[in-house]
Amino acid sequence: MHNFKPWAAIEITSMQSLTNRAKAVDRRPMSLLERAYLPAIFKGMAITFGHMFKKRPTINYPEVTRPFSPVFRGLHVLNRDEEGRENCTACGLCAVACPAEAITMEAAERQKGEEHLYREEKYAAKYEINMLRCIFCGLCEEACPKDAIYLSETFAPANFQRKGFIYGKDDLLIPHPINEKEAYDKARGGRVTIKQA
Amino acid sequence: MLLTIDLAFVLEKLILIVIVVMSSLLIAMYATFGERKVAAIMQDRRGPNRAGPFGLLQPVADGMKLFFKEEIIPNFSSKFLFILGPCLAMLTAMMTGAVIPWGDKVHFFGRDISLQIADVNIGILYVFGVVSLGVYGIMIGSWASNNKFSLMGGLRAASQIISYELAMGIALIALLMVTGTLSLKTMVGFQMDGYWNIFKQPLGFLIFLICVFAECNRTPFDLPEAENELIGGYHTEYSSMKLGFYLFAEYINMFISSSVMVSLFFGGYDIPFVNDAHLVESIGVNWVALLHTFSFLFKAAFFLFLFMWVRWTIPRFRYDQLMNLGWKVLIPLSLFNMLVTGALVLLQQNNWHF
Repeated sequence: MHNFKPWAAIEITSMQSLTNRAKAVDRRPMSLLERAYLPAIFKGMAITFGHMFKKRPTINYPEVTRPFSPVFRGLHVLNRDEEGRENCTACGLCAVACPAEAITMEAAERQKGEEHLYREEKYAAKYEINMLRCIFCGLCEEACPKDAIYLSETFAPANFQRKGFIYGKDDLLIPHPINEKEAYDKARGGRVTIKQA
Repeated sequence: MLLTIDLAFVLEKLILIVIVVMSSLLIAMYATFGERKVAAIMQDRRGPNRAGPFGLLQPVADGMKLFFKEEIIPNFSSKFLFILGPCLAMLTAMMTGAVIPWGDKVHFFGRDISLQIADVNIGILYVFGVVSLGVYGIMIGSWASNNKFSLMGGLRAASQIISYELAMGIALIALLMVTGTLSLKTMVGFQMDGYWNIFKQPLGFLIFLICVFAECNRTPFDLPEAENELIGGYHTEYSSMKLGFYLFAEYINMFISSSVMVSLFFGGYDIPFVNDAHLVESIGVNWVALLHTFSFLFKAAFFLFLFMWVRWTIPRFRYDQLMNLGWKVLIPLSLFNMLVTGALVLLQQNNWHF
C-alpha cells in the first residue's frame, strides 16, 4: 500500500492526450524556399483571387428578400371574406389564447345598413395588438373560429415610438378584396386563404 | 533667343497639367472605391453598392462626409506644421506626375503636343527626389500632432521609407545601366523598339515592386498606420479633410508609383504586339495617342489592383522583420543584381569577350 504513488497516475494521463486532435507545433527552422516568403505569398494571392469568383451569400435585402417558409409567422392580418366584410366577431378567443396578453378588443353590435361591412351581428369596434408584447406564436390564429386573424409574411417594421407598435384595426385589416384588389392580393401573400363560412 | 516665351506652349502645358492633376485626383477617388470593392469581393462580401448605380457615387459621398466633419486641431499641437503636414503629403504626391509620359504626342491646331508635362532628362531622379520628400509630410504631421502614437508612426514611416529607398535606388541603378538613360520618355522609347525592361531586369523589378509597396506604406508594410498598434499611426490626431488629404495622398502615391513602374518596366504606353508606325498611318496620330494612353492606364490599373490584392492577402510584417527584409535581404540582393547586370553590360559592350 505504501508503494501507491498518485503522481505516477497523473504523469501517465498527462502524457496521453485525451483526444487525438492535438497537433505538435513544428519548430523546425524554415527552409530557404519558405524564408523567401514569395511562394507562400503567391499561394495566398491565388486563394484570394479564387474568392473573387465565389458566390456571395449576402442578399441585397430591400430589393431581394429571402423566401419564407410556409409556416412563417409575421405581423397579423385581420381577414375579410370575399365580399369584403370583416370576419371578426370580437368573441375574444384570440385574446384568451394569447400567452403574451397582447390582444385587446371592444365588441359592438352591427347596426342596420352595416351588413356590407361586417359579416355577423357582432363585430370588433376596436381591435389592438401590441406588437412589442406579441411573441408571434400563432396561437391566436389557431384559436380563431372565424378565420379572422392570420399571421402574414411581413415582419415588424421599425418605429420611432412605443405607441407606434400598438397596431389598431386600420393597421391590421387586410385591404378590401374588391375595391383594392392589388393591395389585397399583396397582403394575402401566397398563404392566407379564405374558407367559406 | 533662348528665353522667348511661347504663349501657346505655356497654354498647352497648363492644360496638360490641369488634365493630369484632375485625372489623377479622379483615379485616386475611384481607387478608394476600388479598394473597398476589391476588399469586399475577396472576402465574399458585396461592398459599397448603395450610393448611385453600383455604388459608383460612394467616393463622392465619402468626400462629402470628410468635408462636413468637424475640423479638430489639438491645442497642444504646433498649428502651422499640423496644417502643413497633409498639404505636403498631397503636394509631393501630385508633383510626381509631371515627368511621367502618359502618351506619345497628339496633333492639334498644327502643333505636336507631347503628352508629358516635362521631359526632364533626369526624370527618374526627379521622381525619386519628390517621392523621398513625401516622407516629410508624414513626419511633420506626426511630429506636430504632439502625440506619442503619431510620433511613433512618423518614426516608423521615416525609417521604413529611408531603408527601402536604398534597395529601390540600387535596383534602379541596374536598370539604368541596361537602358543608359534617366529620361522616362527615352526609356519608354527603347522599350517600344525592343523588349520591355521586365524581361531584362526581372529581379530588379521584384525588388523595385517590394520597395514601392514599402514607400507607399501599403500592406504588408503599413506599419506607420498600424491601427491595432498605434491607434491610427501618424494621422491619429487628424480629422476632417486633413485626414482625407493623407488618405488621398496615399492613393495618389499608389497611382503614381504604378505609373512609374509601368514606364520603367512595362513599356509605358506601348501596346504590345502592335506596330505603331503602321497604326499611325491607318488611324492617325491622335487616335494612336488615345490608344497609347488607354494602354498605359490599363497597365497602371493592373498595378493598382495588385496593390489592393496584396493588401487583402498578406498580413502586416513585424517591425524587426521589416528591417531585416530591407537591410539584410533586399539591399544585398539588389547589390548582387547590380553587379551581375554590370558584368553582363560590360560583356555585351565587349562583344561577349572577356
